[in-house]
Amino acid sequence: MIPMEYYLIVSTILMFVGIYGFLTRRNLLAMLISVELILNSVDINFVVFNRFLFPEHLEGFFFSLFAIGISAAETAVAIAIIINIYRNIRNIQVRNLDKMKW
Amino acid sequence: MEITLDLIVFIVLALFIVVSAVLAVTTKRILRSATYLLFVLFGTAGIYFQLNYSFLGAVQLLVYAGGITVLYVFSILLTSSEGDQAEKLKKSKLFAGLGATLAAMGICLFVMLKHQFIPSSFEHGELAMRTIGHALMSTGKDGYVLPFEVISILLLACIIGGLMIARKR
Repeated sequence: MIPMEYYLIVSTILMFVGIYGFLTRRNLLAMLISVELILNSVDINFVVFNRFLFPEHLEGFFFSLFAIGISAAETAVAIAIIINIYRNIRNIQVRNLDKMKW
Repeated sequence: MEITLDLIVFIVLALFIVVSAVLAVTTKRILRSATYLLFVLFGTAGIYFQLNYSFLGAVQLLVYAGGITVLYVFSILLTSSEGDQAEKLKKSKLFAGLGATLAAMGICLFVMLKHQFIPSSFEHGELAMRTIGHALMSTGKDGYVLPFEVISILLLACIIGGLMIARKR
């Protein structure tokens, strides 16, 4: 059996790689990709805790299942907003994004 | 601790995930970044399969690798021109971000490895599909029918919202 900490180390590294990308990328889509990395690491954590600590319950399993669905919805709306921004300012760099509609 | 096939598979998956994730946030071209994200999602599905949660792995492959990545690739092709490179960040900002991230990661790893978890166990065996279905559809104590319905409403709202935001005026 693989110790539980190994999985947690992988998910921690994945989470902080995502945070690093969120801090240093300047493209809206690249930032969204970093957010996906963070969401993935949290999903791994929930599943691992469920599997190793409470194998007779299913809370972590269903939490990740719903988190996957919600992140799909979130991505769809975010990409719609990004495409709308692109249509308005022909660019999706964060630097150029300094005015809202009003 | 002896080296088992389980451990080898896990190490391969972990290296695959970490290397792909680092490449996804450091590569200059955004389309490559999306491809590396796809690799990370595949690796995560592999970890779910290894933990004997095949259903979750299949959902991950279908929804993430099949659906979300296609959305990303389409929107990247729509919004960035050919030969588009990520703009250079100032060195000081880059190092500030890297330093903050590494420090926070060190603290998190330290706390996590110091913490005494309750005794963990792992028994092999697939989680039965029947169990998942019953839990998803039951209204009792361990039932998930309410979140199931709520998420279906949420998905509908997202479809309509996405259409409203992205439509041409």
